[in-house]
Amino acid sequence: MNVKPTKPATGLQKCTTGIEGFDAITAGGLPSGRTTLLVGGPGSGKTIFALKFLVHGAAIGDEPGLFVAFEESADRIVANAEGFGWNLAALRDKELIFIDAQPSPDLVQSGDFDLGGMLAVLGAQASKFGVRRIVLDALDVVLALLPDEAAKRRELYRLHAWLLEQELTCVITAKSGGDTGSPNREPSFSYLQFMVDCAVVLKHQVITGISQRNLRVQKYRGSSFDENESPFLIGKSGFEISVSQPLVSGMSNASKERVSSGVERLDTMLGGGYYRGACILITGFPGTAKTTLSGTFAEAACLREERTLFVSFDADSNEVVRDLTSVGIHLGPHLESGCLRMFSARTVTGSAESHLVRIKTLAMEHGTKCVVIDPVSTWTMAADRVSAHGMSERLIDWSKSEGITLFCTSQLDDQSSAQMLGTSLQVLTLADTWIHVDYLMQAGERNRSLSIIKSRGTAHSNQVRELILSDSGVTLADIYTAGGDVLMGTQRWEKERADLVAVEEAEIEGRLKRVRLDAEEAELEVRVKSLQTELVAKQVEKSLLARTTEKQQRRSDRGDNKMRELRGADPTDGEDK
Amino acid sequence: MSGPAAKPEAVKLTIYVAGDAVNSAQAIVNLGAICREHLPDRHTIEIVDVFRHPDRALSDGVFLTPTLIRVAPLPQRRIVGTLRDTERVLRALDLGLAS
Repeated sequence: MNVKPTKPATGLQKCTTGIEGFDAITAGGLPSGRTTLLVGGPGSGKTIFALKFLVHGAAIGDEPGLFVAFEESADRIVANAEGFGWNLAALRDKELIFIDAQPSPDLVQSGDFDLGGMLAVLGAQASKFGVRRIVLDALDVVLALLPDEAAKRRELYRLHAWLLEQELTCVITAKSGGDTGSPNREPSFSYLQFMVDCAVVLKHQVITGISQRNLRVQKYRGSSFDENESPFLIGKSGFEISVSQPLVSGMSNASKERVSSGVERLDTMLGGGYYRGACILITGFPGTAKTTLSGTFAEAACLREERTLFVSFDADSNEVVRDLTSVGIHLGPHLESGCLRMFSARTVTGSAESHLVRIKTLAMEHGTKCVVIDPVSTWTMAADRVSAHGMSERLIDWSKSEGITLFCTSQLDDQSSAQMLGTSLQVLTLADTWIHVDYLMQAGERNRSLSIIKSRGTAHSNQVRELILSDSGVTLADIYTAGGDVLMGTQRWEKERADLVAVEEAEIEGRLKRVRLDAEEAELEVRVKSLQTELVAKQVEKSLLARTTEKQQRRSDRGDNKMRELRGADPTDGEDK
Repeated sequence: MSGPAAKPEAVKLTIYVAGDAVNSAQAIVNLGAICREHLPDRHTIEIVDVFRHPDRALSDGVFLTPTLIRVAPLPQRRIVGTLRDTERVLRALDLGLAS
């Protein structure tokens, strides 16, 4: 019960109802010592609301209550409320007094009458038990007996004056005409609405085949209140109202801790993983491995020994586990150890709102740190647009305030375009991290791709990656761009192989060239050697030639000299012959 | 259950009134007149003020005033209001007196 205490400064004392959401909407509950009118169609939960108000007063607030049943018998009301665990049997006739005041069906009227008898009885009972709270359930039944408008007004005025005088906090319930939630068809009701200090309208509508309950505070004298319709649910503990809690600072402590996505490369792309307590959204067409990514996240969480709740709106829990095993994600052991809890919402019918309450309850019971909802779109489709928005908001606010990491997938149908991403899922743009998985149709193949659309507060890769599923799990591969085309699948593989071959070829060619160069070098060296030898030979030959020439010269010189000597006519050392 | 007219049975009536409210006073007057005319010497009337005897009102399930209950003969009959329409009251009392 996180209800703020009544503020005396406002001058208006408030009386908590024990219905958490309602006390939040009205900032403290119903006006103390005043009268509240609760209007609603058949089966809208009026009696349960009123009864809870009394039970709370009796059990917790130490304020005995009086329940006046004009329509259903008290025994039946007690029996019907058995399932809520309020322990009415123990309270009855001590702190909680029931009075059967159903008019007998064969009642004959003749002339004017009033509610004097009722006030006398109520007065006596109230003082006997020290009653502080009173419920007049289905007052319209009695009002209908009164012959004319004037009499109805007169009796209502009498009743109201009496209640004020007794300073009882009163809840009057009354049926509204049909499903419209508007009580204005009955003039006496409108009078009643003006008379009371607080008026609450309960609505039970069926929107596209799905039941939806809403509560709205119509007026509250002297107090501020949430004027919007708040969806509610009649659940295990009675009346449960979902209120969008405003994100007060301190309520959610933004964690800097990262949690793994279960896919190593995706963690790298996100700069380390998702933030703890963040809301992660995966969008994609059917079959783009959204559930598989949910599975990797859940498995990673369980391996960290964090309690995880896996809510599937599409398939049965066992099917999910089996299907994920085929891609190397083994949730079975975690399911057995109790770390993982699976909930197949498909098997449970109910309004979108009731699913939210159920998920919250399950998560709280289980002590969940991570919640996976696959896919959230099936769920939000069950609600109309406005309530879907509010619901997603509440889901995210709730998970943030509890520090739960929320992982949602959302299915896009074939008609959805990129625009749809922005509109129908506008609520989900509240997500902190948004990953889109897609198909790329190319060369007769469908290949999965993954890209990060946004990730608040984390540096993230802008690259599209190919998502490959195998027996050993999920891997992300680089994709090739060639000639402006993105290559994936077989084409990527071909390209990879072609690249590999090209590298090999280049290597071989290089080696070949080196060998050839070596050969040429060797050849040149040989040639250099032979030329050197030849050179030496030439030199030798040359010197030989020089020597021979000198010798001959000398010999011929000597011969000349001899001849001159013999002739004796020329000098002996003559230059030429 | 209407007894044969030849042998009139005793009729026990209880009227619940709310203090001195106008319609309660009217009901007492009207009831007196009806009984004098149609049930001479065979009726008893008890007047219960719910403000003085709220326990009686609770145990008898009387929440509207004035309320007339035919206590005997059984089964009980109930009429609420000032009893201004004699014919209707006689029919509702179911004693075979209505014309």
